[in-house]
Amino acid sequence: MISVYYFGSIALVLIGLYGVLVKKNVLKMLIGLSIMETGVNLLLISIGYIYGRSAPILSEGIGPNQAVDPIPQALVLTAIVIGVATTAMALSVAIILYQRYGTLNVEEIRRLRG
Amino acid sequence: MVSILKRGLAIIILLVIGYWLAQGLSGVPFGQDKMLVGQYYLNHVKQQTGAVNAVTAVVVNYRGFDTLGEVTVLFIASTGVGALLWGKNRKRTARTEGSVVLTTGTRLLVPFVILFGAYIFIHGHLTPGGGFPGGATIATAFLLLYMAFTMYEIPYKAFEKTEGIVGMGYVVVGLIGLAIGGYFLFDWIWQTWGWGHNNIGRLFSGGFIPVIYTIIGIKVGTELSGIIDNMLKEEVKE
Repeated sequence: MISVYYFGSIALVLIGLYGVLVKKNVLKMLIGLSIMETGVNLLLISIGYIYGRSAPILSEGIGPNQAVDPIPQALVLTAIVIGVATTAMALSVAIILYQRYGTLNVEEIRRLRG
Repeated sequence: MVSILKRGLAIIILLVIGYWLAQGLSGVPFGQDKMLVGQYYLNHVKQQTGAVNAVTAVVVNYRGFDTLGEVTVLFIASTGVGALLWGKNRKRTARTEGSVVLTTGTRLLVPFVILFGAYIFIHGHLTPGGGFPGGATIATAFLLLYMAFTMYEIPYKAFEKTEGIVGMGYVVVGLIGLAIGGYFLFDWIWQTWGWGHNNIGRLFSGGFIPVIYTIIGIKVGTELSGIIDNMLKEEVKE
């Protein structure tokens, strides 16, 4: 049986993927992508977790053997920033799509292009 | 009919992918000690970098080159947004001013939001946070100004210049390390000068981590404000 955190992150990835596959509005697809990203980040963080240990900040009372793995957290820090950058790019493409075609519906855009 | 079929197909695909992911992850034990490199970082982070927060030490010091690449990605994204939304006569087109609560709250809060962002990125080596969250907090202050006042614009020329200068500052810090220690992004403040060796855990420690995080904080703050500015302006036809 898998842990509840793994289950939650898989569920988030699947919810996001459902949005990307089924929704027709570009903005809703982008929201799906963001939800998928959240799921992946949660998965990375929960892989780095160790029972009974604290955040990897070695202040008083927390030695090197009482902290969780710092590397997944550093990776997720990177991933969040890259996620913001890609979301901003995608949103500006969506703005241009709306200016060109007057709609954000993918099927209508496909029809208008012929 | 077609949409129901499509939806059903999507759900079947998702169930297959979900089963496959769960199958793979059932081999990864949750909550067990799986650290190899992480344990090395945790054991040596105080002597090697002077930082208390191991995450920022990994991000800025051990994997500083990676972070330079990350900053570059953010820069390319902000340039890309600017290029995609480029237009000749772009102005703000919002018609209604924010409510009294919003405008008054913004006037009161903006300095403190910026101060808090600066606090986050200056204390990156001691507390959770660092340059990226701090910069995002600073950008939030500008977003508040944009939402509250219809005529507000950031001085984007000055912002672009600041962004370029601090971006070069990061590379210059790395190159000084190359000149002193022999490799790019060598921590010269901590290892050669030896500043702050006896106050680990206080503000003046951590080698070049506070310096680089200040650079990253300013850069991220100006870049995200620039993205907000680009997205909120529209081309005005006359």
